[in-house]
Order: sequence, then C-alpha cells, then structure tokens
Amino acid sequence: MGSALVLIFAIMSVTSRKLLRAAIFLLFVLIGVAIFFLVLDYMFLAAVQVVVYMGGILVLFIFSILLTSHLSEKLQVVKPVEIIIAALVSLIGASVVLSVITNHRFNPVVADSPEITVAEIGTQLLSYGKYGYVLPFEVISILLLAAMVAAIVIAKREKKPES
Amino acid sequence: MIEDIPLSHILIVSTLIFFTGVYGFLTRKNMITMLISVELVLNAVNINFVAIDRYLYSDRLEGHFFALFVIGIAAAEAAVAIAIFINLYRNIRSIDVDEVTEMKY
Repeated sequence: MGSALVLIFAIMSVTSRKLLRAAIFLLFVLIGVAIFFLVLDYMFLAAVQVVVYMGGILVLFIFSILLTSHLSEKLQVVKPVEIIIAALVSLIGASVVLSVITNHRFNPVVADSPEITVAEIGTQLLSYGKYGYVLPFEVISILLLAAMVAAIVIAKREKKPES
Repeated sequence: MIEDIPLSHILIVSTLIFFTGVYGFLTRKNMITMLISVELVLNAVNINFVAIDRYLYSDRLEGHFFALFVIGIAAAEAAVAIAIFINLYRNIRSIDVDEVTEMKY
C-alpha cells in the first residue's frame, strides 16, 4: 500500500522526461522514507530527513535545474538498448538480493524499546565510552566544513583577466 | 504497529528502491538526474540501516547514528556536486555526460 506508492514514485522519478517533475517525484519518495522512519519509531531521524533532504538538498536540486535548463525542455529519449541493459543489470541484482533476503531467517528481537529521547541521542553522540560516536562526529564536522569551502570555491565565478 | 511488519518486507522495499536508483543511474544522461538516482540509492541504504537497527539490535542505536551520518554526507556531496554542475554549465553550456569530455582546463 504505502510502500507500493513509494516505489511507484521512485520509478517515476527515474523515468520522467521532465527534469522538474523528476525532482518533485524525488520529493515524494523522500517523504515516504521519512514515514518509514516514523513507523519504526525513530522520530528524530524522520525530522532530520525532512529538514535536511526536503529543506536543503531538494531546494538545491530545484535551483540548479532552473539554472541549467529551460522548463519546457525535455530530456532526450534513451536508446532502447541502454534501457534493456540497465533494466537487466538492475533486475539481476534485485533478484539476487531478494532471494537472499527471503531465504534468510532473521531472528527479530523487537524489544518494546523505550522512547528514544533527543537527550539520549545527544549524550550518546558525544560520549567517549562504548557505543559513543564522538570521533565520527568530529570527522563529519570537518568534512562538512571542507565541503562548504569547496562548493564556494568551485562555484565562484572566475575573475576575467584584464586585457 | 511495528509488530505487524516483518523485517523482510522493509528490506524488500529498500532493495527495490536501491535498484531503481541503479537503473536510473545507468540510463540517465543528464547529471542532475544521475544525482537524483544517487539520492534514491542513499535513501534505500538508510532504510536498511534503520530497519536492521530497530529489529535486531534495538538497544544501542548504531544504525540510527549511521543513518544520521549518511544524511550528513549526502548533503555535503550534493552541495559539491551541484557547485561542479553550475561551473560546468557556465563553461560549456551543457551538463550532459556525453558532452563533458574534459573537466580539466
């Protein structure tokens, strides 16, 4: 039901021939993934997904689409040979993974886990002890800083040489 | 609510989203749509992390943090990639992979 809808939107977002529509279908897929997180009781992660993806990445996508192409422009039709090859590759991969998943017997221990509070997440993110994540936290902060500087430097218009 | 859904169903959905992303990455020519496909793949991986964490190891939140870090890295990657696209478009007026034969200047 819900997941089928997400799948349909995912397929439409990779086959739509209009760029902006592909981005909007991606928006629906992202909302669906956020709903998955909600169903699995991870409220904070769903909120992060909504804020970062829909508030940040998708707006960036739409801006860049509007900057680099005209609205009425359609993407060129893909060659059927390429469609067949790509569909074959992804179908083979999907069938291998699906056969493994359906044959493997999981032992779910669905603990009625207590509500995960944001305070818990924060302390575990910054703790040094076992299951603490302070090192990846610092690494990713440096990565984000580097990416920010890099994006500014790359997108900056170069100065015209005075001639 | 969660007791009604077996783990394998969530994994099946995420597998299908993943390979939809792979299909899009292989067929698309426009760079922005390729990036959209990559986002689909990353989201499928996130669903897997969260589902396995919730069902099998629900006491230490490891998948939760990995999903958080993946979201952060995806944001950084999208920002840098779009900066590159805009610079490319400014230089050669196109962001199709066929026409971008040289990135050096």
